[in-house]
Amino acid sequence: MINIPSTLKISLRALRVNKMRSALTMLGIIIGVGAVIAMLAVGTGASERISQQIASIGSNLIIILPGSTTSGGVRMGFGAQPTLTKEDADAILKECPAVQDVAPILNGVAQIVYSNQNWSTGVFGTTPSILNIRDWQLAAGRPFTEQDVRSATKVCLLGQTVVENLFGSIDPLGQVVRIKKVPFSVVGILERKGQSPQGQDQDDTIYIPVTTAQKKIFGTTFPGMVRTIMVKAKNTEDLDAAEKQITELLRQRHRIGPKKENDFTVRNLTQIMQVAEQSTKVMTLLLGAIASVSLLVGGIGIMNIMLVSVTERTREIGIRMAVGAKTWDIRLQFIIEALTLSLIGGIAGIVAGISGSKIISAVAGWSTIVSILSIFLAFGFSGLVGIFFGFYPAYKASLLNPIDALRYE
Amino acid sequence: MALIETKDISKIYELGESAVHALDGVSVKIEQGEFVAIMGPSGSGKSTFMNVIGCLDTPTSGRYLLDGIDVGRLNRDDLASIRNEKIGFVFQMFNLLPRTSALENVELPMLYNNTPYSERKRRALASLKILGLEGREHHHPSQLSGGQQQRVAMARALVNNAPLILADEPTGNLDTKTSIEIMELLVRLNQESHITIVLVTHEPDIAAYSGRIIRFLDGRVISDERNEHDEEKIALSG
Repeated sequence: MINIPSTLKISLRALRVNKMRSALTMLGIIIGVGAVIAMLAVGTGASERISQQIASIGSNLIIILPGSTTSGGVRMGFGAQPTLTKEDADAILKECPAVQDVAPILNGVAQIVYSNQNWSTGVFGTTPSILNIRDWQLAAGRPFTEQDVRSATKVCLLGQTVVENLFGSIDPLGQVVRIKKVPFSVVGILERKGQSPQGQDQDDTIYIPVTTAQKKIFGTTFPGMVRTIMVKAKNTEDLDAAEKQITELLRQRHRIGPKKENDFTVRNLTQIMQVAEQSTKVMTLLLGAIASVSLLVGGIGIMNIMLVSVTERTREIGIRMAVGAKTWDIRLQFIIEALTLSLIGGIAGIVAGISGSKIISAVAGWSTIVSILSIFLAFGFSGLVGIFFGFYPAYKASLLNPIDALRYE
Repeated sequence: MALIETKDISKIYELGESAVHALDGVSVKIEQGEFVAIMGPSGSGKSTFMNVIGCLDTPTSGRYLLDGIDVGRLNRDDLASIRNEKIGFVFQMFNLLPRTSALENVELPMLYNNTPYSERKRRALASLKILGLEGREHHHPSQLSGGQQQRVAMARALVNNAPLILADEPTGNLDTKTSIEIMELLVRLNQESHITIVLVTHEPDIAAYSGRIIRFLDGRVISDERNEHDEEKIALSG
């Protein structure tokens, strides 16, 4: 019963008549939609980055650090001194059912020399399971083995940054590097991993067997000492159980009586990262919500202009009613007009939002991701704004008395 | 059956304490094909009467039958349909949509009764042709003279083949020469197409074109007579 093409034509004509006014009204929606899209792009970009970083440090990770970080009470045992051993790591793997893999780590910074090149980097004494725990593949060569660990072989795996700085274009496999003057042969090259969540270059590293590190490079203050232990839980649901099992086991092994504080700290890295991810999502929502306020203000602008338009066109409404326009003919005419304003503004706003997020990326260096969902969301929302804020003026127009409307000057 | 039949209709406006009887028991019967002029001073109720028979307003009491339909019982949207189907309006102020071509103005009533696009265009063009506006289809009202604008309004009134045209001071804004043209067109429509025409005017010259003159005063009909000089006047002006 409603003639949509004609009504649309009428609406477009009405908007054309007051070009400046229509453009300014649309500007409100353009800014609103643009802001929503750009803000969501910033938020999505940030959380995407965090997700990538979570993936890069490895999933379902637990890290065990020596010493107590809780401040209450007297510190027991070795305090900030190392308290963990390789045997602790072996026991965790054997006795904690929620744990999939364990790698003890004894690390430090050391000078590496190859030929006439030298480079200072983080040297990690560890076991082969570190590659599984950190979801890290080899780009070339082979990993060192349990046998290498048992016999404290002088072999190493190089990170990409180390390779670039020491070898340039030479193939490092089979070459000998000196770590603190001790010769090691290069058996494998790690794949590129990029930055850690803390912004560290994860590729600036060397892996060697933990026993070699203990005996040849860093030494130990007590037998079997390691600095940290990395644990991979079987899956995300097992993280809490693993944490609990590890704490119990280590308290037992370190002979910590009840009511005494731990001489180690168990940290759930994945959980920490997930919290960070969660807070980024909250931030995204918050940014989006703030931006939608401007869309709302744009909607009020539409209502304002539509009310003016209804008053200005009272006589037109009267004429239409006289020749047979029904209540909903009049209402739809004005709703469609408001909708046209908001949807044209919405389309322009999408363009503005996408270019806006590109500009933010370029200027601020943040990664932004414009999701299809955010585009649909913003466009749909602007449509709703048009209908919602167009309805009252349209309703008002439809209630006019045709006799009075026809006489309106 | 009469096209228009009012039975004792009254229209009362409440103005605070007092009530104004804009119409006070008016009973009028107008047959299909008549040309009736409604006369009376301002405040006599002739405009209210026009609004009621034009289905723009409903009487406070009494019955109004338009083409046999009891209009008093209809709601807003039903009244809109009746206006669309049965009544063509011609106003003193022309009341064309500004910035809209003559053609689109004439198409307007057909937008509200689902006439398909091609049919709409065909009928609007035919209607404009009857009123001698060929070649002006795409002119906007501001590009047309008063007489031409009134003819566009008449084309709009005709386009739905309504049996009734209500003309409210149609020559009020026109010079004498153009007024005569418009009145002759109305007479022609009345005679050739048997369209019933009810005309409100306060000018005796204009009323003279009609076949019957109904005079109002204080909300009542004070006289209702055949216009004897009907044929003669047309012959003279023609």
